[in-house]
Amino acid sequence: MIEIENVRKSFGALEVLKGVSLTVSNGEVVSVIGGSGSGKSTLLTCINGLESIDAGHILIDGTEVHARGTDLNKLRRKVGIVFQQWNAFPHLTVLENVTLAPRKVLGMPKEQAEEIAVRQLTHVGLADKLKVYPGRLSGGQQQRMAIARALAMSPSYMLFDEVTSALDPQLVGEVLDTLKMLAEEGMTMICVTHEMGFARDVSKRVAFFHQGVIAEIGPPEQIFGAPQSSETRKFLSNVR
Amino acid sequence: MFDTALTLSDLLFLAQGALVTLAVTAVSVLAGTFLGVLFGVLRSNVSAWVLFPLIFLLDVFRSVPLLIQLILGNAFQAIAGWGWTPFVTSCVILSLYTSAYATEIVRGAIDAVPQTTRRAARSLGLTWRQDMASIVFPMGLRVALPSWIGLTLGVMKDSALVLWLGIIELLRASQILVTRLQEPLFILSVAGAIYFLLSFPIARLGGRLERRWREND
Repeated sequence: MIEIENVRKSFGALEVLKGVSLTVSNGEVVSVIGGSGSGKSTLLTCINGLESIDAGHILIDGTEVHARGTDLNKLRRKVGIVFQQWNAFPHLTVLENVTLAPRKVLGMPKEQAEEIAVRQLTHVGLADKLKVYPGRLSGGQQQRMAIARALAMSPSYMLFDEVTSALDPQLVGEVLDTLKMLAEEGMTMICVTHEMGFARDVSKRVAFFHQGVIAEIGPPEQIFGAPQSSETRKFLSNVR
Repeated sequence: MFDTALTLSDLLFLAQGALVTLAVTAVSVLAGTFLGVLFGVLRSNVSAWVLFPLIFLLDVFRSVPLLIQLILGNAFQAIAGWGWTPFVTSCVILSLYTSAYATEIVRGAIDAVPQTTRRAARSLGLTWRQDMASIVFPMGLRVALPSWIGLTLGVMKDSALVLWLGIIELLRASQILVTRLQEPLFILSVAGAIYFLLSFPIARLGGRLERRWREND
């Protein structure tokens, strides 16, 4: 379970998160929508401790992420994150990209790590690209590789930060299909996204972010069908 | 027909000089690169305010002409009573000189690795050291190599200046022969050819590595 309680975060004078609370139970898929600069992505990077927070608490399975004694490297094994920019390691083959963390972080033997990597890469449809360098892949393929790379650590939670925003329109579908597949398999996911169709079809709850707070949260039927807040209505009428 | 007084033993004398050039260069580039990596990693991770003395020192080594550094360094070690041989003095000064340039190359290479890539590595649970070893170092190496090859070739040629400390390296050896044989153009051509032979393999090796890496991109 991920528990976010009244989290505040500023960059200099700019307060990006102004008291955000959200609880995500195991197996749940929560989509986070909202305008640019509303703090959505910052929240994700705070969840796995890449960013510090100024106030509040984030607990993952009861462990406080930003507590002094927390071993972040250990905690991050549980929380996979995939970014907008897929960030392939260009000097490593696809297979090596995926085996790196299991081998270095978990100390797994090469054969075992490769077995897992091949399984995950097959899962995302890249079984025929194992020995290829990322530079030879399309954006969509690189993004799916990044997903397999995160999954190879067998995380309990997956965070997706606008993973389709940097892709050509015709490549968006293949990545969204991969996310849908994960959701159907019961992965706990928080997806920051601009893909409203995806948010509606896949998530159990949708959170609308506005000016650093969650302005409205509820099942997709509510958010897309009968939004309670005027801000949500305004945002949705603009994106449609 | 072309005629010269240059004998086989003169050529051997030049070859010995070339060996000294090679030795000074090898020691200085190895030590200078080691220090450069160390300082470069510090430079890209520690605030410039903390490193101010180091940065200042390296700036001095980069901006004062090498000849002045050699002569002052030699005088300083004599005054300090360290009793260094000219070879040791030359290697120490050239190493520091090399390290000043290498530091900037390493820092630039580290900074060239995108922050987002490093974030991705850290988010997988890699520690700072694992990130440095598995991601930053190999990616940075590709950025640094061309400049590092250039630095190495530069140091090899600059090492000629150690003749002012009385070391008979390649250039000094050819000067001696020029004085004796009075065939400056021919002897300097031979010396130049030897410099080229020393440099060429390094330049080729660099080109080959770059090509091999580029195939993957």
